[in-house]
Amino acid sequence: MADLQDVLKQAQQSVNDSTDLQSLDEVRVKYLGKKGEFTAQLKELGKLPGNERKEAGQKINDAKRAFQLTLEEKKQQLESAKLNAQLSSETVDVTMPGRGQQPGGLHPVTRTMNRIKELFSDLGFDVAEGPEIEDDFHNFEALNIPSHHPARAMHDTFYFDANTLLRTHTSPVQVRTMEKTEPPLRLIAPGRVYRCDSDLTHTPMFHQVEGLMVDTDVSFADLMGTLDRFLRLFFENEKLETRFRPSYFPFTEPSSEVDIQCVMCEGEGCRVCSHTGWLEVLGCGMVHPEVFKHAGIDNEKFTGYAFGMGVERLAMLRYGVNDLRLFFENDIKFLKQFA
Amino acid sequence: MKISQNWLHEWVNPQTDLEEFCATITMAGLEVDSIEPAAGEFTKIVVARVNSVEKHPDADKLNVCKVDAGGEELQIVCGAPNVREGLIVACATIGAVLPGNFKIKKSKLRGVESSGMLCSEKEMGLTEQADGLMELPVDAPIGTDIREYLQLNDTIIEVDLTPNRADCLSVAGVAREVATLYKSDLNALETTKVAVGTDAKLSVSVTAKQACPRYTGRVIREVNTQATTPLWMVEKLRRAGIRSLGPCVDVTNFVMIELGQPMHAFDLDELKGGIQVRMANVGESITLLDGKEIKATENTLLIADEEKALALAGIMGGEKSGVADKTQHIFLEAAHFNPLAIAGKAREYGLHTDSSHRFERGVDPELPLQALERATELLIGICGGQAGPVVEQTSKADMPQRKPVQLRLERINRMLGIEFEAADIESILNRLGMQLKKQSGGWLVTAPSFRFDIAIEADLIEEIIRIHGYNNIPRKLPTYQPTMKPLVEAEIGLQRIKDILVERGYHEAISYSFVDPKWQAAIDPDIEPVKLANPISADLSVMRTSIWPGLLKAVSHNLNRQQPRVRLFETGLTFVKQDGELVQNAKVSGAITGSIFAEQWSTEDRKVDFFDAKSDLEAILSAGGLNDVYFEKAQHSALHPGQSAKIFKKNQAIGWIGALHPNTQKKLDIDPPVYVFEVDQKLLLEGAVPVFKPLSKFPEVRRDLAVLVKQEITVEELVKSIKSVTSEIFQEILLFDVYTGVNIEDGLKSVALGLILQGFSSTLTDEDVEKEINKIVTVLNDRYGATLRE
Repeated sequence: MADLQDVLKQAQQSVNDSTDLQSLDEVRVKYLGKKGEFTAQLKELGKLPGNERKEAGQKINDAKRAFQLTLEEKKQQLESAKLNAQLSSETVDVTMPGRGQQPGGLHPVTRTMNRIKELFSDLGFDVAEGPEIEDDFHNFEALNIPSHHPARAMHDTFYFDANTLLRTHTSPVQVRTMEKTEPPLRLIAPGRVYRCDSDLTHTPMFHQVEGLMVDTDVSFADLMGTLDRFLRLFFENEKLETRFRPSYFPFTEPSSEVDIQCVMCEGEGCRVCSHTGWLEVLGCGMVHPEVFKHAGIDNEKFTGYAFGMGVERLAMLRYGVNDLRLFFENDIKFLKQFA
Repeated sequence: MKISQNWLHEWVNPQTDLEEFCATITMAGLEVDSIEPAAGEFTKIVVARVNSVEKHPDADKLNVCKVDAGGEELQIVCGAPNVREGLIVACATIGAVLPGNFKIKKSKLRGVESSGMLCSEKEMGLTEQADGLMELPVDAPIGTDIREYLQLNDTIIEVDLTPNRADCLSVAGVAREVATLYKSDLNALETTKVAVGTDAKLSVSVTAKQACPRYTGRVIREVNTQATTPLWMVEKLRRAGIRSLGPCVDVTNFVMIELGQPMHAFDLDELKGGIQVRMANVGESITLLDGKEIKATENTLLIADEEKALALAGIMGGEKSGVADKTQHIFLEAAHFNPLAIAGKAREYGLHTDSSHRFERGVDPELPLQALERATELLIGICGGQAGPVVEQTSKADMPQRKPVQLRLERINRMLGIEFEAADIESILNRLGMQLKKQSGGWLVTAPSFRFDIAIEADLIEEIIRIHGYNNIPRKLPTYQPTMKPLVEAEIGLQRIKDILVERGYHEAISYSFVDPKWQAAIDPDIEPVKLANPISADLSVMRTSIWPGLLKAVSHNLNRQQPRVRLFETGLTFVKQDGELVQNAKVSGAITGSIFAEQWSTEDRKVDFFDAKSDLEAILSAGGLNDVYFEKAQHSALHPGQSAKIFKKNQAIGWIGALHPNTQKKLDIDPPVYVFEVDQKLLLEGAVPVFKPLSKFPEVRRDLAVLVKQEITVEELVKSIKSVTSEIFQEILLFDVYTGVNIEDGLKSVALGLILQGFSSTLTDEDVEKEINKIVTVLNDRYGATLRE
């Protein structure tokens, strides 16, 4: 029978010599298994006289426990080394880009229209839409622009025949809505409009957002407050100055154009604002009695305001786009910038 | 409207600087478009006399002149064609600086010394073009600074007038407005009646009284049309943007700019009998001043004599009857035409004149007589002659009625959102020259004749805040009862569709709604597109019947710019004539080409195919639920016959998907394969409110079947047949493989389907499953001869 201490020493030596979990397990079996050395030692106990048995058993168990402790320590050590090796082998360059489909993006005009819609939606304005091929009545007559009106010359209309045309503004949507819906009305009408004009600063198609509010006591002060608030929020500039300038539209009276302080030079004067410090961004006014008449709305009971804005113009000012024509080339390098 | 500041100051001269002045009138609705000096910046140019002219010894086109510029006689080499002895000219002396910082120094021109330069109008920045030296009047004082002599220290203010402010289309009109705004005195023009020097007159008969409620005119005999228009008038006209064309025309133009009344002068000897103001006979022809012959259309107002048409009333005179060099006696016209008779007419004939511009917007009906006197006075002053008596035809009944307009204080305040007192309103209206009559709650207001634009209460309200100042109105937010609006849950917003496509790598495009007919025909050759009558160009002349032409143009644009991978979508209307009715359908359209992913590391690169496009399409369709959606193989002339399908939802065809036909690609000059889809928005955006189905507690069973069928049998057919026989335990069917090739007989394919079954009230037994599978196998065998693959 080997000396217990030698067995323990040997066993601990074997544990220390183990380099992986498998060999360690073999060591465990060799010493603790059914035919293991410590098991063999315990089996020998029976041969001892009764009075020595207890003490000897105690010693064997102590040695066995000491071995188990070494074994456990080693096991943890090896497991941890193994995990570290695995983690190390699985390490990636986290700075490399992710894989798979990359999202595209919305067109800057849509982005801008969504922004306008959202701001007005907070004020309870609904979105309305209408046809783009319009009849003369809705595009002109009902908006107090009879066929001989000088304002028609300013519209550069695309015609199909004498009575059918591409809408020159989103204002016909006002008319169509008033024809079928009773006030109070609060709506905005975004969409494509067309003018027979093409140069550096005009494209034959562009986008407008029309707004209309009709109620029993809508005032010009309300119109000014609403647009002033809108423009400050749109440009995210609480200090943005706006001014209302008398103008003329056949379908509103009083009519006004709205200028904002130039967003490029903050009113100092630059090329973009023709050195005036102001940029015209909107047209608006109180709904003209003739328009109410055409739509069958009681001009005494109700008052209303309407406004219209060019979406590309607002997008150009907001994002600093310097060429209108880029909006319709659909160059991915352009579109990507708004994704 | 261009207006000289000096001229305006003769009428009204508020104490203010130019910048403040322009801001003030702009904020009153007379928008200042530009401010320009009346002449270029220059110094030391003086009035001079050409004493002698000799040919330059070494240059054909140059002359050597001796010039008296008020001091020592100067020798100046000059190349102008009109230089001649005795000519009074503008001479830039040594040390002068001309526009563009051009310095005049003593120099030698081809060996001859030159001490200055004789100037044209262009060189002094007066005009854009010049044919030669500016010729000054013989009495111009030699040596006087030209800036002083021509009063060139003046500013030209260009005002962009809105169509309702035709009353400001004159110096008098702008002056009135300025006087109102600044509460300044107005030096109105006092016109004296010219003494009648001859009995000569022409009879005037007006048959078109409604169109011409007032016609005035007079004969002026012995007019020297060779006389020179005085420089002050030429200069005033130039600053108003009008070229001098001889004294008669200059005077009528001058009075138009000064007072706002367009006029016309006829050569009396060209007129046969009296003047007739009548509507044209359709087809009646007249050759106009600009040499263009027009044929009169309906409702054209003419000035005629007994024989022929003389002028398009209020628009343009005729070529023959106008004043010419030979003219000795004239007939001067000042009339009032109804705006409705003139409006749109000039445009109809492709004309736009200063006269038509004013008449179609409106002119003060009380002006003709004053203008006629003013013009007579000026004309006789320049050309001499004897004025005949004034002939006037006025039809009172047809004259514009200045009806008093009711104005209510309550209405003003309600409309503007402000609290005006009655006195505020009265003060403003008085400044505007309005006559007021008090009545309960407000006033009856009569506008002066020059404010012919004032017709309704709203016109007056606009005037009130215009004078009060738009920006003096408080800015409020409207107050109203908040409401909750209906929210239809089954409706899918278009934005949701856009978002899905964006997440799947698409960029949104916006292309023109009118397209190139060639591209349109390549996509929809069988549909006659709606054509624009006046397209901006031939390649933007027909309305799209599909979004594809524009979208594919964008694809092509990017392919041609080193972008081989393109994923674009667009939404919008398409336009088709159906049974005489124009249908404007909103659609969603997509196009993809190139690699499935943007180039990246360690991902297998492959080109997109039909099923990638279909997957994106299904993704947007799934927003409304895919249950009632199916695809059918179908032929589209723009699409690959083997890779194209019609899309159905709720048993209605809603669009197309496919690979572009190689022929289409060739026509559009697009090389790599492109996959496209397009669906109607209407049904696409119809969803449903979810209805909960209880979940089963029992386990799911999956059975896989691989069936052999003829290749032409579609998976859709198999699935439909399966669904037609299954019971309530059938849950779902998955297609997980389609295989042809080794071990599969030619003409057949193996379709591998996963069937998911689940009981609701108990765990499925083997018999339950077998029964269900047998039904499926049987129906596939019956209908398609399908056999199970071993």
